[in-house]
Amino acid sequence: MVQELKLSKKNRLSVWWRSTFLQGSWNYERMQNGGWAYAMIPAIKKLYTSKEDRAAALKRHLEFFNTHPYVASPIIGVTLALEEERANGAPVDDVAIQGVKIGMMGPLAGIGDPVFWFTVKPILGALAASLAMTGNIIGPIIYFFGWNIIRMVFMWYTQEFGYKAGSKITDDLSGGLLQDITKGASILGMFILGALVNRWVSVKFTPIVSSVKLDKGAYIEWDKLPTGAQGIKEALEQQVAGLSLGDHKITTLQNNLDSLIPGLAALALTILCMWLLKKKVSPIVIILGLFVIGVVFHLIHLM
Amino acid sequence: MDLNIIQIILVVIVAFLAGMEGILDEFHFHQPVIACTLIGLVTGNLVPCLILGGTLQMIALGWANIGAAVAPDAALASIASAIILVLGGQGSAGVSSAIAIAVPLAVAGLLLTIICRTIATAFVHFMDAAAKEGNFRKVELWHIIAICMQGVRIALPAALILAIGAGPVRGLLVSMPTWLTEGLAIGGGMVVAVGYAMVINMMATKEVWPFFAIGFVLATVSQITLIGLGAIGVALALIYIALSKRGGSGNGGNSNTGDPLGDIIDNY
Repeated sequence: MVQELKLSKKNRLSVWWRSTFLQGSWNYERMQNGGWAYAMIPAIKKLYTSKEDRAAALKRHLEFFNTHPYVASPIIGVTLALEEERANGAPVDDVAIQGVKIGMMGPLAGIGDPVFWFTVKPILGALAASLAMTGNIIGPIIYFFGWNIIRMVFMWYTQEFGYKAGSKITDDLSGGLLQDITKGASILGMFILGALVNRWVSVKFTPIVSSVKLDKGAYIEWDKLPTGAQGIKEALEQQVAGLSLGDHKITTLQNNLDSLIPGLAALALTILCMWLLKKKVSPIVIILGLFVIGVVFHLIHLM
Repeated sequence: MDLNIIQIILVVIVAFLAGMEGILDEFHFHQPVIACTLIGLVTGNLVPCLILGGTLQMIALGWANIGAAVAPDAALASIASAIILVLGGQGSAGVSSAIAIAVPLAVAGLLLTIICRTIATAFVHFMDAAAKEGNFRKVELWHIIAICMQGVRIALPAALILAIGAGPVRGLLVSMPTWLTEGLAIGGGMVVAVGYAMVINMMATKEVWPFFAIGFVLATVSQITLIGLGAIGVALALIYIALSKRGGSGNGGNSNTGDPLGDIIDNY
């Protein structure tokens, strides 16, 4: 290597600032991809000079991406390190970069959602709201500055952390470490995709397949419960003991499908989409079609 | 009460900021406690709007965009209900009726954001075209246009309420059919599959398909969190790499093939 290309702190700060707008062009096809490419542009400009390389890099970073917007920062950091190595001639291919992104985004969203949306936000929000409800202007001020300082500091330091960790991964070029990372990333990526298809694609059928009258003693007899708190206690105890709430056992189509394996319909839908995409059906057509199906199926009470 | 032209412009600017944040989720201008306060500040109704913002914030504490699911829209709820409160001119006494209108507004905002997020799909295709030419400016431009569209999503209704008054808005919200909003929400749950399908088409090889299957099946165990699944995924990748290496280096030698059962059979 004659001259090592390196991202300066100024480049990384610029990426960090732009990552604030990660969700700006959030879309149903590739979600945060536009914002991701927007954030990577300062790095791409620095690392690649030829028009072909730049076009390829932009294309690479317009691929699907979606995670919690704040924990995207460590992923951006690692990706910056990988791009730096690639620009310096290391054999980092597109699949490796996409694999790292996909492999990290699921688990990190699993950290970001509970930490920010369900811990920091309710605590700060409740504090600010209770102040504001008494007409105190300090409430919104605390919320605004508290939230943004926490967020900005978190995003900068995790991005730097990811960048340094990513550089270490790629330092060892002689060993097969990089190849291992590539393969490991695609394994992790596919594994997480399998999990996300099950958890995040939601297809629910509502038709009732059967409604069976239960025998006496299999359900809670509400009219025979004692009144007041005693009755509530007894009802809860009976439910824990396995008694049904109503006197009919209702089985929906969804219950039947779930007993095969939960998420089967989501899997089928995903495979259908893969097939349609391979048949060169435009993603926009698929997306609009799914919305129409959602409305129509809801109208005829299928979903 | 009537607002002067400067106040109207400021209200629309605040609405625009809130709309942007409704998608970005970064600076949190769209959170009720901030958005309502800003509306109050620019219209000179600080205290009633502050109280409205605080109360709405309590309601909206748990609203969050998880995965690809879209939460009720705090941006439209706070901006529009604050404007209606200001226009009503009842001061703090109007807070409770403003809150009553905020929840249907949040649902209407949800509808608008689903529409915007679908339109943005077209924008990223323009970005693709720009990327092919290596044109940074155009990629950036389309991203910024997308953000502005989300700003207009709130600024336009805000301007509309200022223009036509609060009454018709209330009527419009009541007439919005639930089958449409619910149906679109169902569609939104399915549309996510398209994005996953694209990535799978890109990454899938014969070698890594089994890992997809394992991930899918393990995800049905609801006690395993995403972090837990991540740990299993990393462990599987490490095991696979370690084993495939051992198999590779062991082929040449005959003493240790990395396959204890095979050794036993060979030596027997």
